[in-house]
Amino acid sequence: MTVKQYKQVLAKPLLEENPITLQILGICSALAVTSNLSVTLVMCVALTFVVSFSNLFISIIRNYIPSSVRIIVQMTIIASLVIVVDELLKAYDYETSKKLSVFVGLIITNCIVMGRAEAFAMKEKPFLSFLDGLGNGLGYSIILIAVAIVRELFGTGTLMGYEILPLVSNGGWYPANNLLLLPPSSFILIGLMIWGIRAYKTDQIEPNEYKLSGHASAPDLSKRELNV
Amino acid sequence: MFEHYLNIFITTVFIENIALSVFLGMCTFIAISKKIDAAFGLGIAVIVVCLITVPLNNLIYNSILKEGALAWAGLPEANLEFVGLISYIGVIAAAVQILEMFLDRFVPALYNALGVFLPLITVNCAILGASLFMIEKDLRFGESVVYGLGAGVGWAMAIVVLAGIREKLKYSDIPDGLQGLGMTFLIVGLMSFGFMSFGGISL
Repeated sequence: MTVKQYKQVLAKPLLEENPITLQILGICSALAVTSNLSVTLVMCVALTFVVSFSNLFISIIRNYIPSSVRIIVQMTIIASLVIVVDELLKAYDYETSKKLSVFVGLIITNCIVMGRAEAFAMKEKPFLSFLDGLGNGLGYSIILIAVAIVRELFGTGTLMGYEILPLVSNGGWYPANNLLLLPPSSFILIGLMIWGIRAYKTDQIEPNEYKLSGHASAPDLSKRELNV
Repeated sequence: MFEHYLNIFITTVFIENIALSVFLGMCTFIAISKKIDAAFGLGIAVIVVCLITVPLNNLIYNSILKEGALAWAGLPEANLEFVGLISYIGVIAAAVQILEMFLDRFVPALYNALGVFLPLITVNCAILGASLFMIEKDLRFGESVVYGLGAGVGWAMAIVVLAGIREKLKYSDIPDGLQGLGMTFLIVGLMSFGFMSFGGISL
């Protein structure tokens, strides 16, 4: 185990193997909680906490879990961690907890947590698994925070509740884009973000199942001679 | 009475569609919607599991976990709501396991058709989400049966529709970076904008 390897495990899920844009994990909450940056930040911290510690604990007991009941064992560990987060949130930040409503509970079935437990923590050493969980949590957070910034800034002209772009309705110059406040807009933002990432990392492009051929009967315009 | 149940059903299927309005079960929704057959099988499985687990969780919540529910056992102060999450997911995992064994023994045709999707359903957030929303709405038992059915049907319908669109999409000329996942996100976004038009309807 070298420092370099630790770094790689931590950094890979950030962009190269991002859980949301490449592994298709944990999308549900990415859409529903991103209309407000401060709520999103709480959600990101909660998820990163759960995924890194569930990876750590599952990895510690990985050699004692019989494979036939492993899903139930993993579920129990994850659910206990989520209950801890849920109760803490209710105690110290009741407002946000109300806004997140069922989505804190849904971290249990967030596929990032299960997916990383299955794919990584069941095989690797505890510390490395912890880092992997941390990396994936951060990868998830990056996408969520980016979406939330766009939605809150251009949707209401504020960031974390502070006014950045003064709205027309408050005597400023910026007409709010209400479309961005609607949840479906985050699908479109993430879709465009995937396009951007794949334009930069071309190895992530999925090949087309059916190759489109050009029209056989169409004239080849590139070789056309000009008849003047 | 019948009207009230029908009302809940229609509301859950269209206005509060579990996939396109509250965005649950998105991972499987996007990952397993390439072919209509697979999407249909998964849809049926979700309907069945929702129909079983939502009423079951309703019973557990109302007769054990709710504040004051244990009064008959001499514990009127007990409030076990904090173990709610772990018991709901336990019920779901157990129900899926039992359903799998039952189908394997008695309805092998359906078992083979569902294949790998059944165990996957445990971690589908649409199922847990349906149970959690049921608790939040504080439904009674009869209502929770209808709600479970509606949630399942709504999700199944949405995934079959998306699979239909994606099958046609194979023949279109999409920019490289948008191919596959990116395009699917854009389409689901447009679909759910469409579903928002049900939002104004009140029954």
